[in-house]
Amino acid sequence: MKKLFIHMKGYVRECILGPLLKLFEATLELLVPLVIAGMIDTGITGGDTGYIWRMGLLLAGLGLAGLLFSVTAQYFAARAAVGFVARIKHALFAHLQKLSYTELDTLGSSTMITRMTSDTAQLQNGVNLALRLLLRSPFVVFGAMIMAFTIDFKAALIFACAIPVLCVIVFGIMLISIPLYKKVQSALDRVTKATRENLSGVRVLRAFCREEAEIDNFREKNESLTREQKFVGRIAALMNPLTYVVINLAIVWLIHTGAVRVEEGLITQGAVIALYNYMSQILVELIKMANLIITITKAVACGNRISAVLDIPTGMEAHPEISAEAQNDDAVRFTDVSLRYRGGGDTSLSGISFSARRGETIGIIGGTGSGKSSLVNLIPRFYDVENGSVTVNGVDVRAWDIDKLRGTIGIVPQKAVLFHGSIRDNLRWGNAAATDEEIFAALDIAQARKVVEDKDGGLDYMIEQGGRNLSGGQRQRLTIARALVRHPEILILDDSASALDFATDAALRKSLRTLTDTTVFIVSQRTSSIAHADRIIVLDDGEAVGIGTHEELLQTCAVYREIYESQFKKEGESA
Amino acid sequence: MKTDKKVTAATLKKVLQHIKNYRLLLICSILLAALTVALTLYVPILIGEAIDCIIEPGKVDFGTILPILLRTAIIVAITAAAQWIMNTLNNRITYNIVRDVRDEAFVRIQSLPLSYLDQNPTGSIVSRVIADADQFADGLLMGFTQLFTGVVTILGTLIFMLTIHPGITVVVVVLTPISLLVARFIASRTHSFFTAQAEVRGEQTAHIDEMLQNQKVVQAFSYEDDSLAQFDEINDRLHKCSLKAIFYSSLVNPTTRFVNSLVYAAVALTGALTVITGSLSVGGLSCFLSYANQYTKPFNEISGVITELQNALACAARLFALIEAEAQLPDAPDARQLADAEGTVSLRDVAFSYTPDKELIRDMNLEVQPGQRIAIVGPTGCGKTTLINLLMRFYDVCDGSVSVDGTDIRDMTRHSLRSNIGMVLQDTWLKSATIRENIKMGRADASDEEMIEAAKAAHAHSFIRRLPDGYDTVIGEDGGSLSQGQKQLLCITRVMLCLPPMLILDEATSSIDTRTEIRIQKAFQHMMQGRTSFIVAHRLSTIREADCILVMRDGSIVEQGTHEELLSSGGFYAQLYNSQFAS
Repeated sequence: MKKLFIHMKGYVRECILGPLLKLFEATLELLVPLVIAGMIDTGITGGDTGYIWRMGLLLAGLGLAGLLFSVTAQYFAARAAVGFVARIKHALFAHLQKLSYTELDTLGSSTMITRMTSDTAQLQNGVNLALRLLLRSPFVVFGAMIMAFTIDFKAALIFACAIPVLCVIVFGIMLISIPLYKKVQSALDRVTKATRENLSGVRVLRAFCREEAEIDNFREKNESLTREQKFVGRIAALMNPLTYVVINLAIVWLIHTGAVRVEEGLITQGAVIALYNYMSQILVELIKMANLIITITKAVACGNRISAVLDIPTGMEAHPEISAEAQNDDAVRFTDVSLRYRGGGDTSLSGISFSARRGETIGIIGGTGSGKSSLVNLIPRFYDVENGSVTVNGVDVRAWDIDKLRGTIGIVPQKAVLFHGSIRDNLRWGNAAATDEEIFAALDIAQARKVVEDKDGGLDYMIEQGGRNLSGGQRQRLTIARALVRHPEILILDDSASALDFATDAALRKSLRTLTDTTVFIVSQRTSSIAHADRIIVLDDGEAVGIGTHEELLQTCAVYREIYESQFKKEGESA
Repeated sequence: MKTDKKVTAATLKKVLQHIKNYRLLLICSILLAALTVALTLYVPILIGEAIDCIIEPGKVDFGTILPILLRTAIIVAITAAAQWIMNTLNNRITYNIVRDVRDEAFVRIQSLPLSYLDQNPTGSIVSRVIADADQFADGLLMGFTQLFTGVVTILGTLIFMLTIHPGITVVVVVLTPISLLVARFIASRTHSFFTAQAEVRGEQTAHIDEMLQNQKVVQAFSYEDDSLAQFDEINDRLHKCSLKAIFYSSLVNPTTRFVNSLVYAAVALTGALTVITGSLSVGGLSCFLSYANQYTKPFNEISGVITELQNALACAARLFALIEAEAQLPDAPDARQLADAEGTVSLRDVAFSYTPDKELIRDMNLEVQPGQRIAIVGPTGCGKTTLINLLMRFYDVCDGSVSVDGTDIRDMTRHSLRSNIGMVLQDTWLKSATIRENIKMGRADASDEEMIEAAKAAHAHSFIRRLPDGYDTVIGEDGGSLSQGQKQLLCITRVMLCLPPMLILDEATSSIDTRTEIRIQKAFQHMMQGRTSFIVAHRLSTIREADCILVMRDGSIVEQGTHEELLSSGGFYAQLYNSQFAS
């Protein structure tokens, strides 16, 4: 949390002036009871109407001055809070952009989005309120006590007793109820889950005649929520009555002491009224302070969460010990590679060795979870190997400049993602300087020229967020074109033809074969998509159980044969 | 506008009906509120009287002061106790009512027709049961505690002030509403700033969503800097809008406080002048000053409370709309219990549509003998799912009849019909509970041996055993970390344990790799032995082995027969077959 405050730099003036002006305002408020006391002692007792008028106008003047102070203070507070959070948002977003895949996996996108949106909003709110009230409320409480001391020492001792008692009540109740509110929240979450589950699974639940059981289950959860709510409600409900009792008993005691002191001639009647008014001011501010502390606690929690994200190291670990010399002349070579995801338990890949020469096509096949995507993710160094090494153009990927490495590779991810913007903008992700001719050349290879030509405006056609206004197959072809626009030395297709029909898939494969200088990796579940590859790697549970051509593997690899037969039996039978 | 009012009135009536169960508590609460307010207002008077006894040295009337102070202490204690009991009662009333309403809503969900649940998105129903109910509770509680006591305080203060001095009362009454006007004036001016802020914030959230959800693609294309530049541009605009919105809205508080201090000054001035004329005591003035504070407070709060209440009523209206949605037709009182069906199924002249203006199924006829395998094939949207909906009686036919063992399914209880059919859908749904609870969903009394037996038969035992806690592994919402294939195997195990005489199976397709698919296929085969089965089929082998193939197209069965018969007839099936399976 502390580290976040460097972003406050440039708002130091606002951070000092805001609270300071609030203190001026509070001081004015503290003067009011003294003015009233003067009115009574000098004006009323002396029958001085002119004095009363002057004091009345003074009260109004104090109000006006207070207004001016506090408006200026609000302005400074808002400026500092909004500016501070805008800077944090920038820093956070920039940081998130640089996280490695491993960190992205650990963090998860929904967490990142929450940090960026609701956490920063809470933080802004907290900083704003803190600048306005954090000093003001305690100042009024203790200011009132100090003013009381200036009036009469003995009477003021009552303040010194009442304030700690009030603090204990207000903060004690708060401390007790905060964890209880958390329990209420988790009880509510359980009720939510039960409701959601019953709606999403309504067919199954009814098929199994579970309606009554589910109602009982829900009632139980709902009842426990209600119980928690009532319990915390009962405790929170103590706050007002208890503080009321303390304040008023203090007033009773104050009046009594006041009576004695007046009798002794030490203070006046007006002073007693002033003391009474000070006591009343304290309560309001204490309650405000309690609410403020809740807001600030929340904001600090949000700040800590943001801070924790900012503390995550960015980028990939540096490996200065690995030589940047080329060790071989293969386009890509894996040597005894194993990979283990953080927190993933078992290895996801183990003992993988193979090499791909420039211009070759490598097919990768295997069941879900067999490690196909993991394997290709190692080439652009999205993850680091646990053992062994991966080289691109002979150089270990850990010795490459990461942007240069990724710049030579074109990737078509499994999930065909496009972004809000024109088709041209999207395709230029691969190469910002691409001309329309280059773009169309890429579209031709990706079998996507027709997709673009059929749209109003062609390359200027606006894609909606997430590519909603395109079909799955269209999106897939455009993502392939996007990777091709950069003329990659290595092209990786991660199961990226799944939404294409057989004819388009075949045409795509044929046109990819014209890229003689490009090394192509094709990940697929369909044997038909990779049968033509120069080499096929068959993965099973993270291990390469076969490497070879289609024909060789049919002879030697049981897993490959099983996959092939499960897909081609249909055709075999109908032939 | 008028209908709005009618809706509000109707909602209010329903809320009151729910409160009725707790009317005794409510009456107590109201009495206590009145008591609390009256006593709270009485305290300043007593203090004022005490102050009047303290004039100057030698003129302090201890004989009067002490009893007054004692009385004050007692009254304060009573007030606090009354206030606490009142708060507790309000809590109890509110939370009980909300619990009742939630229960009602949930019970209603269980009996709502599938058509309602299919048409209303899950999120919207959940938000009614959870968020709307919560808002309703907050509003109700606030209404009880603040609105009621606020109004009573204003009225009480007015009466007390009038009894002390009508002239000064007029000053307070005239000046106080100014703060309301000022607050409203600022709110209307800041509205446009807030709209602007909301718009830019939406834009920023959209950018954050889009980029962070696809962060891996962003990095793969080294697009980080461009993405950040776009973000910064939006962030700068948001910065400016937010500053305006926050600053202008934060003016409300200081200005209302300013108005309050003007009221206070006016009371002090007129009060002090009146004291000199002798028609008010100093104690009376002190009492007036504390009233001036008390009187303005509820005024500042009341506009907030009213918006909150309106909001609460709107939420309640949505909640009641759910509770009062029309339930499905209850089982007839003389409905038959279908026990151990033989498995004859017949559809006669069935017509069905989801919406009256779009007919989906018409003149559907089908006779199925016990133990037969029926494969249903056809392009997407041809009505395969609809057929399942009708067989399970998730929907009722519009015309014609569906009967099992010769009895119309509308003449038997839903529960007995459904317990005779085992259903495995492509959309695999699991409860967030242990694997054991999930498998035993259809037969809670099954022994562990039977459960493991079923899991083995469904080829699920080996993967379950390898999970961290075996059968006691808790799976998260919607299957959690299980793969699609594993979820499917669990759904099969669930049916395998009950093994009802009839089956409805929706074959899994694309999302499962071929080797897992083979295992699932084996499990299906095992299960179908000797049972009437309806299979939405994608695999050629299933189709070929079926006793009868139903070819569906646009909501009706266009062809019916065995694989060979249909192929040789050269109709729609042959066409479909050639396009899908022959290369």
